[in-house]
Amino acid sequence: MRDALMAGTISISGHGGDEIEAYLAHPVGPGPFGSVVVIHHMPGYDEPTKEIARKFAAHGYAALMPNLYHREAPGASPDDAAATARARGGVPDERLTGDVGGAAAYLRAMDSSNGKVGVIGYCSGGRQSFLAACSLQLDAAVDCYGAFIVNPPPEGMPRTLQPIVGLAKDLSCPLLGLFGADDKYPAPAETAELARELTVLGKTHEFHTYDGAGHAFFAVNRPSYRVDAANDGWARIWDFYGRFLTS
Amino acid sequence: MCTYLTEKIEVAGSGKGSAGWFALTEASVYFDHPQHAQAEHTLNIDFLNPARGPSARVAVELTAESARALAQAIEAALAAVPAGLT
Repeated sequence: MRDALMAGTISISGHGGDEIEAYLAHPVGPGPFGSVVVIHHMPGYDEPTKEIARKFAAHGYAALMPNLYHREAPGASPDDAAATARARGGVPDERLTGDVGGAAAYLRAMDSSNGKVGVIGYCSGGRQSFLAACSLQLDAAVDCYGAFIVNPPPEGMPRTLQPIVGLAKDLSCPLLGLFGADDKYPAPAETAELARELTVLGKTHEFHTYDGAGHAFFAVNRPSYRVDAANDGWARIWDFYGRFLTS
Repeated sequence: MCTYLTEKIEVAGSGKGSAGWFALTEASVYFDHPQHAQAEHTLNIDFLNPARGPSARVAVELTAESARALAQAIEAALAAVPAGLT
């Protein structure tokens, strides 16, 4: 069966050597396969994001999603864990980088790996995908509607969410950005500013902003889902990862 | 967006969660992405007892309109209580 895949929960070494839960989905076979670290959205390590990991496996990539809230709530349901992590101000940038780095190392060490690892993140994970790509040596990054990369968050938000556009000079790989024209965080002006900065720095990037779509247009279980934007977005992802993650 | 803006208060009372009744010590009130409600953002209330772990939580996710109506209903119910009971 050339379309067979395996998926399930494993333990990986994350930031600071912490053992954290992660969801691995990969094609069955010797490979070589490219790999993707999937960064879940703020609602957590949930079923829809596990489905996304399996989608990558079905398309020939090993995908690994670390549970970014594992430390706050080991064994708790994803929604309770998300509430606990949220109450503590979210995931610190340094810890995120360590967890994504641990996931990338796990993927590279798989026998079926071709040595190339990408990253993708949604919502808060969009900002974190950019952060990881500027902090780690990766091969391709996708930012799905991540806010607060260029603009500071509104007053009262946690200090963990400061702008990180200053890291753009360290972007280690091509970046694909997928955004909604109706989104306010990030608004098109913010993503245009990021594109300008990347152009000035000579960083390979490709941004698409969809009319009629707002935040979270990939989320099939939410009213924000926009089928046209999501379908085109997935096509862009397959093209992008096909160019940069397959050998 | 993920707002992270939160009003947190101490509360006394009980809530019924997935494992039955438990004592409540805190409530968090925030407007952010819901887990389940069919809206981009909702007014979320978590009734909590952090000492009992993350699963000691009773959660509701309400549209902004519903949340305002709830707040008014709470005030109205308390205002209608005979003197000396609260």
